[in-house]
Amino acid sequence: MVAENSLRDRFEHGLAAPICLTWELTYACNLACTHCLSSSGRRDPRELSTVEAKALIDEIAAMQIFYVNIGGGEPMIRRDFFELVEYAVNRRVGVKFSTNGTRIDARSARRLASLDYLDVQVSIDGADALTSDRIRGVGSYDAARRAMDHLAQAHFGPFKISVVMTRHSVEQLDEFEALASSYGAQLRLTRLRPSGRGVEVWQELHPTREQNRRLYRWLLERPNVLTGDSFFHLSALGSPLEGLNLCGAGRVVCLIDPVGDVYACPFVIHDEFLAGNVREAGFGSVWRTSELFRSLREPGNPGACASCGSFDACRGGCMAAKFFTGLEMSDPDPECVFGHGERALELRVTIRPISSSDHSTRVPVALALR
Amino acid sequence: MSTRSSLATTSTFDASSHWELSSAVSLRDEEFGALAYHHGNRRLVFLKSRDLVNLVRQLSEYDSAQKALDALIDAREHERYLVALSSLASSELLRGG
Repeated sequence: MVAENSLRDRFEHGLAAPICLTWELTYACNLACTHCLSSSGRRDPRELSTVEAKALIDEIAAMQIFYVNIGGGEPMIRRDFFELVEYAVNRRVGVKFSTNGTRIDARSARRLASLDYLDVQVSIDGADALTSDRIRGVGSYDAARRAMDHLAQAHFGPFKISVVMTRHSVEQLDEFEALASSYGAQLRLTRLRPSGRGVEVWQELHPTREQNRRLYRWLLERPNVLTGDSFFHLSALGSPLEGLNLCGAGRVVCLIDPVGDVYACPFVIHDEFLAGNVREAGFGSVWRTSELFRSLREPGNPGACASCGSFDACRGGCMAAKFFTGLEMSDPDPECVFGHGERALELRVTIRPISSSDHSTRVPVALALR
Repeated sequence: MSTRSSLATTSTFDASSHWELSSAVSLRDEEFGALAYHHGNRRLVFLKSRDLVNLVRQLSEYDSAQKALDALIDAREHERYLVALSSLASSELLRGG
C-alpha cells in the first residue's frame, strides 16, 4: 500500500486506534541475538497474567484493532501461548507472530496450521547457518529451518521468513528470495535498529550507504516483499517504497511490552517513550490520552532536514534510530541516504542513551535448543 | 490498499447486481472515513469519504449497487463512486450476488 500525501497527513494526527499494535508477550527467550530490540532473555516476574492478557485482547477487539504483531522474547515460551492466540483469533483479532522457530515441532505446526487469522514469521539473519548464527547463536539457523519444514509439512500455507538487514545479510537478498520461494513462503525484510542490544552492534552491522542504495532498488522491483514500512528513510532515493512512508510511532503503531507498559513503537523500549501501562486505565485510555502520544501527533519539526528537498519523501527518518545513536529528533536519520546523518553523528558529542529496560541473560547461556 | 489498484476500471463491476460488505471484513470508523481490513487476504483499505463508508455499510439493503447509489449519492458523483466500489470489489472487500 502506498499512501498519498493527503492521507499521510491525516495519519500524522493519529487514528482512533492503532492500525498495527505490537505486543511483546514475554521477555523470556532461549536465544540471545546480538541485535535484540527488546534486550530479551529473562522472563520478567511482573509479566501480564493469562487473565490480564485476555482482558487486554478483549479491549483490542473492542477497539477494532484488526491484528496484533506478537513477539517477545520468544512468545512460544509462554505456557499460555496457544490459549492466548486462540482467544484472540476467536474474537477476530488477527495474530501475526514472530518466532525463532525453536518451539515449532510437527505437532505445534499442525496446531498453528489449524488456526484462521494467524500469520507466522520465522526469523533468520542469514541465508546460511554461518551468517545467521553469528547474530542469533549456534544452532539457531538449523532450528529455524526445521520449523519451516514442519510448517510446510503441516500445510500451514505461505508463512513468512523474516530477516533483519545487516551488512552481511543484505548481500544475500537473492538467496533469501530463493529460500522463501522454495517453501512457498513470503519474504519479510526489516531494518537493523540500534535499539535494545542492537545499540552494541549497530555501528559495525548496519548496511553501508551503497548497500542501502542496492537494497532500495531491489525492494522497488519487488513490491511483494514485506518490509513493515521499515525502510521509509530510503524513499528519499526516488519513488516511495510500499507503505505509509512515515514514522508511525504513537500515530498508527505502538508497542505493549510483557509487563503492560505502552511505548510509542516497537523500537523504543525506553523511559523517554513510555506512554503508560495497560494495568492502570486500560490500553485505550493510554492510546487516546497519553501526553507523549499527543506530542508525537503534532506536525514534525523538519529541523536540520528543512533545507533538504527530500524531506517530504523520508520525513527525517526513524525516531528510534536517531535516539539510540545519540542524535536529536531534529537531526537527520543516521542512515540518511545523502550522508547527512553520518555527518551529524561525527559532530555529536552527547553520550547515547543507556537502555532503561534490559532483560538480557546476565551470563552467556549455552543454547538449549529443543 | 495500493493507490495503484484505484486505477481499476468499472468494467468488471456489475452495478445492476446486489453487493454487500464481505463477512470477512471489519470496518472501523476514523476521522477521515474508515479503515477496512479483510481478515482473509489481509488487505488494509482506506475509505476516504464518509459518504463512501455509509454507502458501503448500506449496500446490502438495496437490490443493486445502482439503487444504493441512486438513494444515497448525488447523481453527479455516481461515476466516481462506481470506480471506488469497483476497486473495493476487486480487493474482495465487497461480495456480489
